[in-house]
Amino acid sequence: MIKCTPMLAVTAACALLTSVAHADDLKVGFISTLSGPPAVLGGQARNGFQLAVKDLNGKLGGVNTQVFVADDELKPDVAVTKVKALIDRDKVDFVVGPIFSNILGAIEKPVTEAGVFLISPNAGSSAFAGKDCNKNFFVTSYQNDQVHEVLGQYAQDSGMKKVIIVVPNYQAGKDAAAGFKHKFTGEILDEIYVPLGQLDYSAELSRIAAAKPDAVFGFIPGGMGVNFVKQYRQAGLADKITFLSAFTVDESTLPAQQDAALGMLAGSNWAPNLDTPQNKKFVEEYLKEYNAIPATYAFQAYDAAMLIDSAVKAVNGKLGDKDALRAALKKADFKSLRGAFKFNNNHYPIQNFYLTKVAKRADGKYETEIVKTVFTNFGDSYAKDCPMK
Amino acid sequence: MAGAAAIAVGEAGSLRRPRGIALPAVIFAVFALLPAFAALTAQHYLVDTGTRIVVFAVAAVALDLLVGYGGLISFGQAAFIGLGAYAVGILSASGIGDALISLPVAIAVSILFAWITGIVCIRTKGVYFIMITLAFGQMVYFLATSLAPYGGDNGLTIDARNTIAGWQVLKNDTAFYYFALLCLLASYLLCRALIVSRFGRVLRGVKENATRMATIGFTVQRFQLIAYVIAGGIGGVSGFLLANSTEFVAPAYMAWQQSGELIVMVILGGVGTLDGAIFGSAVYLLAEEWLSGMTENWQVIFGPFLVLVVLFARGGLIGLSTRLWHRFSHG
Amino acid sequence: MTATLFLVQVLNGLQLGVLLFLIAAGLTLVFGVMDFINLAHGVQYMLGAYLAVAFYGLVGNFLFALILALLASLGFGLLLEFLVFRHLYERDHLDQVIATFGIILFLNHAVRMIWGAAPLNLPMPEALTGTVLLAPGQLYPVWRLVIITAGIGVAGGLYVLVTHTRIGMLVRAGATNARMVSALGVNIKQLFMIVFGFGTMLAGFAGVMIAPIISVEPGMGTNILILAFVVIVIGGIGSIRGAFVAALLIGLVDTLGRSFSIDVLHLVMAPSPARTVGPAAASILIYVLMAIVLYLRPAGLFPARGR
Repeated sequence: MIKCTPMLAVTAACALLTSVAHADDLKVGFISTLSGPPAVLGGQARNGFQLAVKDLNGKLGGVNTQVFVADDELKPDVAVTKVKALIDRDKVDFVVGPIFSNILGAIEKPVTEAGVFLISPNAGSSAFAGKDCNKNFFVTSYQNDQVHEVLGQYAQDSGMKKVIIVVPNYQAGKDAAAGFKHKFTGEILDEIYVPLGQLDYSAELSRIAAAKPDAVFGFIPGGMGVNFVKQYRQAGLADKITFLSAFTVDESTLPAQQDAALGMLAGSNWAPNLDTPQNKKFVEEYLKEYNAIPATYAFQAYDAAMLIDSAVKAVNGKLGDKDALRAALKKADFKSLRGAFKFNNNHYPIQNFYLTKVAKRADGKYETEIVKTVFTNFGDSYAKDCPMK
Repeated sequence: MAGAAAIAVGEAGSLRRPRGIALPAVIFAVFALLPAFAALTAQHYLVDTGTRIVVFAVAAVALDLLVGYGGLISFGQAAFIGLGAYAVGILSASGIGDALISLPVAIAVSILFAWITGIVCIRTKGVYFIMITLAFGQMVYFLATSLAPYGGDNGLTIDARNTIAGWQVLKNDTAFYYFALLCLLASYLLCRALIVSRFGRVLRGVKENATRMATIGFTVQRFQLIAYVIAGGIGGVSGFLLANSTEFVAPAYMAWQQSGELIVMVILGGVGTLDGAIFGSAVYLLAEEWLSGMTENWQVIFGPFLVLVVLFARGGLIGLSTRLWHRFSHG
Repeated sequence: MTATLFLVQVLNGLQLGVLLFLIAAGLTLVFGVMDFINLAHGVQYMLGAYLAVAFYGLVGNFLFALILALLASLGFGLLLEFLVFRHLYERDHLDQVIATFGIILFLNHAVRMIWGAAPLNLPMPEALTGTVLLAPGQLYPVWRLVIITAGIGVAGGLYVLVTHTRIGMLVRAGATNARMVSALGVNIKQLFMIVFGFGTMLAGFAGVMIAPIISVEPGMGTNILILAFVVIVIGGIGSIRGAFVAALLIGLVDTLGRSFSIDVLHLVMAPSPARTVGPAAASILIYVLMAIVLYLRPAGLFPARGR
């Protein structure tokens, strides 16, 4: 008889206890992937965000801030449930997240329709950059295609004629291939789509070696990328065929790839050695706090916090005035770690993009370093379809 | 004395009749009162949590029919949830958003898939059956990831919940919750009716000793196939509900890990009791939410908890609480 | 598609097959002899890799790290057996599935808590880091050849052990009918422990061997576990010979399928849909193969039990 009720009662009690907080606090819900192999990325983003809150002494925009961290477990239905709890139970004013585009697809509607602002520190799918852009949705990272366009442009400019593309067989992978082809007009010898989660690339690498392209373009994130790069080097291809990549050799994968990734080229909107004083400070602090070099996930989450800080400050802490808050968010009047930053009409950023190279630091850790700027004040190609001004 | 004997008979296997109506009545009463409780304590999200539990309980009840009464351990139940969900999603993307069409289509697609795959699966037994059901689940999963027009791996957002005969009743979360609860009640009653019927008796007989039943003259495989198809159809209903509640469909809904979680829910509650499936879903999902709110590493606690339940709580949590109840009430 | 490429892909397929065999061998033995479904076998594989990384950090030598990791895997496996699995032999498969599932949850996260979520690296011995020229333009990593050799060596050793020693005879007998073996006076508990420990070591060995090639991360055992189950189901539960044949078969089908599925589909459809359908088809291929085998032989290719 009493089997179910204790469970529900305890849950309810817990919920009641946690909701005893000051009504005028600023509440931010942070949702990212914190379990499973992709947890590295989610963890970096969370660290970056919490570092920013710490730097601001726990007050964003001068208001006491409570951060609720949720794990979406890379499951869309779990993400929706957690996000609804953040909105209904924790009464958050902002939701910051997620990392992955498929999670974004699931939570964009519930969050924005509830009138809560959604700020993505990583996922930048084209789905919300064009005609489905939303006034409550902001992105502090980039539009996914843009990073791949950097490498397409570079390949085009350096006179490469034949390229093989390697991406995972899911939407972001297909977007990556499309983004690269926007700017590269040479011959694509082959487009290899690997199953998501595949770890051994012996078959694909043999194919690449046999085809002898000028370069390989890869978007192989996370653990997949660690393996691909290591095996690429082991197969003797690293010195023969240039490897251009996005999100494959970044600070989240470099600790595992180490020497295997040295000298490889990548595209990004940032690098730890980007020369602005606020960035230098950020990298040093992150290194001290978390004993790791920050990657884009961390700095973009840091910027998201700074964005919120600037907006809340601009409305003098009056979180109830959504329209003013929205306008302030759009203004983006904060010092981004990357230097120049402003929003396009679709709330995706207009920023510079760089070609980066993997190098070993003096302290033995690995990072990407800027080689040259490929795009200046680059906006994405979907903004023109967005009806917002 | 009588109590102990009753428990002994109760645990002997699935040949017992389903328990009386006291336990399920209480369970459904608690579920029915949840929105009122949520309103009183101003915790609206409890309705969301409750909806999620009810949706998965539907699939779990069907799975218990297969596992607990049919002895068929299916690792592919999530595939039917996915098929039902995608039926809703694809129809919605094509402009058809009424439940009077989506629900029957979801069920029909699931039944069809269950029938075709069942013909292959039922020929196997034991771990072979587990693996072949998992295999078919994987096939559907990879098929869904390759559906580029429907978002592929990113999934597909549904514009709005299904209407019922044109009325936007399901838009309200509480109304939807009761609708889902109604579906759960219907599925539960259907399964219960099946179990006490002749069909159910044959099924349970097959689980006990297939050879004997075959000798008596029953076409064992036909009964198992029908059970498999029914479980699949109910799984499709669960998928229909899931798609509507989250207004989103993704291949992740049919990953084999999801099938594994359903099995855990059934066993946790108590396999072969039907009530256990509902109870197990509630405990599993609540534990997941509650524990993950406390610590990121909640699985470090939940994992051993599962092991302990298996080792020391035969018959799952329902079996455990029944024994405790009998011990305390019979001295 | 040239002959050389095909040959290299066959080699790749063999390497995957050999790795699968190492994992499947332990799995099928435990299942065959003790009728115990051990879902946690995948984490044993993962643990082997992590232990090797940890020991390498201490001793700086791959071979020593390997030996220490094997011993530690064995120890840990026996500990699990003593604490948990021993109590589950008499229970039905369902309970075993749940208990071992719980262990997977626990160990995957414990590993993450101890070593962090980021992928880790295990360097291979210096002498073996190079490549071999198989054909003009096709360099093949030496380490992959090492894996193939090691795997075949272990397979050979297992064959000798199982068919020419007393213990092997007991194992084969136990796989056919454990109760009878016990009734004949053999200490079945000890036999179980030996079988289990050995299986654990094999899985750990596979983990250590593959670690220099793929990254060591939490949850790395999950996908390969599914493949291993496919292998033992196709091969027939309890049969080492079946596991070997099935593992090579799966390794070749998966690798060749992945590399050539698109080329094959090109024959019947346009390049663009072929590119997206190809990988999905390749992923499904193994399952289709299993479905066909089970349809024709519902107990696998070489079932150990006379059923």
